[in-house]
Amino acid sequence: MRKELTCITCPMGCRLVAESDSSGELAVSGNRCPRGAAYAREELLAPKRTVTATCRAAGAAVDGSGTRRVPCRTVAPFPKERVPELLEAIYGLEVSLPVARGQVLLQDALGLGIDLVATRTLS
Amino acid sequence: MKELSYDAVVIGGGAAGMAAALELEAAGRRVAVVEREERLGGILGQCVHNGFGLIEFDEELTGPEFAERFEDRLSARPIEAFLGCTVLELEVEGEAKVVSCVSRERGVMRLRAQAVVLAMGCRERNRGNIRIPGSRPAGVYTAGLAQRLVNVEGYVPGKDVAIIGSGDIGLIMARRMSWIGCNVHAVVEIMPYPSGLTRNIVQCLRDFDIPLYLSHLTTDIYGRDRVEGIEIAPIENGALVMEKAFKIPCDTVLLSVGLVPENELSRKAGVSINPMTNGPWVDSFLMTSVPGVFACGNVLHVHDLVDYVVEESRRAGRFAAEWLAGRRPSRELRVKAGANVRYVAPGRIEPGRDNKLYLRSMIVKNDAVLEVKLDGKPIRSVKKGHVQPSEMITIALGAADLVALAAQPDSTLEISIQ
Amino acid sequence: MGGGASGPGDSFDVAIIGAGVCGANIARRLSSYELDVALIDKEADVSFGVSKANSGIVHGGFHHNKKYLKARLEIQGAMMFDRLKAELDFPFARCGIVVVALHEDEMRAVEQLYSQGVENGVIGIEMCSRERMLELEPRLSRDALGGLYAPGGGIVEPYRFVFSLVESAVKNGVRVFKDWKAASARREGEAWVILAEDGRSLRARYVVNCAGLYADEVSRAFGAEDFSIKGRKGEYYLLDKLTRAKPDRVVFPVPTSISKGMLIVPTVEGTVLIGPTASEVEGKDDCSTTRSELETILRSARNMIPDISETDVITSFAGIRPTLGEDYYIEASGLVPALIQVAGIQSPGLTASPAIGEYVKDLLKKAGLRLVEKPDWDPFIDKMPRTRELSGYELDALVESDPAYGEVVCRCERVTEAEIVEAIRRGHTTLDGIKYFTRAQMGRCQGGFCTYKILKILMRETGMGWDEITKHGRGSTVLRGEL
Repeated sequence: MRKELTCITCPMGCRLVAESDSSGELAVSGNRCPRGAAYAREELLAPKRTVTATCRAAGAAVDGSGTRRVPCRTVAPFPKERVPELLEAIYGLEVSLPVARGQVLLQDALGLGIDLVATRTLS
Repeated sequence: MKELSYDAVVIGGGAAGMAAALELEAAGRRVAVVEREERLGGILGQCVHNGFGLIEFDEELTGPEFAERFEDRLSARPIEAFLGCTVLELEVEGEAKVVSCVSRERGVMRLRAQAVVLAMGCRERNRGNIRIPGSRPAGVYTAGLAQRLVNVEGYVPGKDVAIIGSGDIGLIMARRMSWIGCNVHAVVEIMPYPSGLTRNIVQCLRDFDIPLYLSHLTTDIYGRDRVEGIEIAPIENGALVMEKAFKIPCDTVLLSVGLVPENELSRKAGVSINPMTNGPWVDSFLMTSVPGVFACGNVLHVHDLVDYVVEESRRAGRFAAEWLAGRRPSRELRVKAGANVRYVAPGRIEPGRDNKLYLRSMIVKNDAVLEVKLDGKPIRSVKKGHVQPSEMITIALGAADLVALAAQPDSTLEISIQ
Repeated sequence: MGGGASGPGDSFDVAIIGAGVCGANIARRLSSYELDVALIDKEADVSFGVSKANSGIVHGGFHHNKKYLKARLEIQGAMMFDRLKAELDFPFARCGIVVVALHEDEMRAVEQLYSQGVENGVIGIEMCSRERMLELEPRLSRDALGGLYAPGGGIVEPYRFVFSLVESAVKNGVRVFKDWKAASARREGEAWVILAEDGRSLRARYVVNCAGLYADEVSRAFGAEDFSIKGRKGEYYLLDKLTRAKPDRVVFPVPTSISKGMLIVPTVEGTVLIGPTASEVEGKDDCSTTRSELETILRSARNMIPDISETDVITSFAGIRPTLGEDYYIEASGLVPALIQVAGIQSPGLTASPAIGEYVKDLLKKAGLRLVEKPDWDPFIDKMPRTRELSGYELDALVESDPAYGEVVCRCERVTEAEIVEAIRRGHTTLDGIKYFTRAQMGRCQGGFCTYKILKILMRETGMGWDEITKHGRGSTVLRGEL
């Protein structure tokens, strides 16, 4: 397997090439520092993303007034392939106000041990 | 009509305004912040994505979290914040400045102050500004408006999206639109390189296989009532190749084609504007051409990180407090943009103190060198792994760097990129 | 402006097809008589056709020879604006017009315009030396050789003019039907029955066809004269209020054989309009702009005022002028009864429109319509405060009575929530309708900051759902879903 990717650890944007040999060992080239190799490994073997989104505020008015969405995020990067499923879950939530920044909206999302928290205090 | 007096009035309650106000208050000054929205935080409130605060808080926060941390600091201090209050005019009456503003609850107020800090931020360039021809259907929005509609109001502006310009808000919106179930068909950039941050290209476009058309000009937006598509054509060797033009069907066009500091208020108050930044000319105190009027954040020049905005704005707040205390710059050097540098802010520095300069490159280059010259003599060179126009460069020049040097009263400091 | 539904029982003395500047003037004129008048338009709001996208000039009366009806109506119409402004509170100013010659042969053309102006009785018209020209307009190119000055020429916000006329007409009993496209008509006894595309209908004893670009189609629908309106597209750029290139008067180049050329217009609201181009087009609803034409405008405008910069551009747009022949076609149909044709009203149509109102009223009278003056006709409409024109004290007093005046929705043009609400209550329920009525979304950010606020006010005030909000009616929905 050979894969090209751009490192985003710093603004240098190193173009990385990751190749795995028959033993499954991943060799990374093109990186100017060790962080590039680590980035490539994680990105190829277990890519994760911090998910930010909004969920519905309970009782949101139909005429568009008042608080309608509650912004939220995962407290840690989330496995990339499960992100669509997580988004579904987030869009299905209905959060009653008031809500405090950091308040857990979804505990142990999808059973992966990562919480979803509100990112803004709303009354 | 109510008239109130303060030592300083800060116009704008976003990150810049809050940071400046906190410093002024810390120096013992009576400060008021005037904010047109119902809540402090400015544009951060709708930037629900993460990527803020790495420098300021040493952790990665979302926009609302970053804003709220400052909001908390502000509410813990005796700082007056006028919310839902729009500034109508800034008048200079000799030493005093008068900020007229209006709100639902208070009507028109006149806030009198010795010092004013401009922190109004910027606005998005729009279709007219970049002169995209075509029809005028519904479905053409700036990326920031779309962001507001989706993230705060909870409405979907369109399902099939083309994004013109590769600014960061556009890239962030490409991901957001994808995450709410829309299809983003293209990001079109006129330059040969993206204007947003690399990490956004990777995480907002490549994750979703969204094509990025570099060196392409949008030649038409079509559709009578609602957008039906755009036409784009490549630019090859500096010339538009219309034979290779093609259409991208879509029902929505988002524009992310740059930001402009919002200085209409400043202009009307007589503040001179630097045409390179569209922000005020400022001296080493971040003071504009009108004595006692300071500027910081995106109204001064467009930053790419809010962390830099608060850093700069704190300095503005401190300088304003020092100015109120009667301190004036003893001696200033002129700062000049040299080769490959679009601008350096501020345009003047005081050699006796620790200065921080912000600059933007005009070129994309790896292993670049930042050359600092004083009256033509090299005094410092800094290696930069990578420079590009979208990433702001900062450089600290301390007293030690400058004072020892025999800088003349009319000395010029020039910064170039080689 | 009630845009109510019409039922088969709806019967009028006069139906006016087309709520542009001609239809609006005719409707208002007729509203002073004891008549039931219907003003119908196919668009979601009045003034959404030709009348919304033009230069907004009250012409100086020197461009056309008096042998033409259009010249006579222009001269007469121009003189009616001061009174109309006093009654109808729309933005209008007699800022004056200059015509600039940049070459020696252009000076000869200017002399001809001058003689024509004198012949037409234009008050105060003068020939200008280079020095006089540059004294009047210091921003003009140093290449200017001289020109002409007509102090009586003026500027007007055309859609606001139409809105005010219609409001006045409605106040005096005229009924307005929007989104009502006249598709066919038949005689029934002594009246016309007009059928809308969607099956609605109304009856009228007399019909006035002032359907602008579509006057030919309407004429055919009535079995009347067969003529063909051609569209001539004009593209414009709008420049920021803070441009350094703002003249004090309307600046005209020397006209060509097909148009008055591209102008530089200091609009009443402080922006600067440059254009229009003139290109024949096939489709009548293609208001798209093109790269090449827009470049032409900048070049041409810079010839006259070199300071004009593309960085001042806030938007571009196009309008289509309805062209028919050399002159206006305003007559009673020779083929069918009780139909007045008002067609081919291109420039100077806006200037002529108040006189067209008079002229059509006379044609109707000649055709047998009895005109009895209403004793209680009220020529005035309710003036509406505009926040941007108020002093701090005045605004403060207004907020006291209505806090919504303290909520600035559009920062660029300083429009408050109270003004948006007023626009909605006066019947402007699309984003564009609100824009033309209040100027919100019309400034330098072009709605980037205020559109979402206006959407919310619209939903709250009208009860419309998010999916019913449009930019300009029909399929121009603004939102496509809700999270």
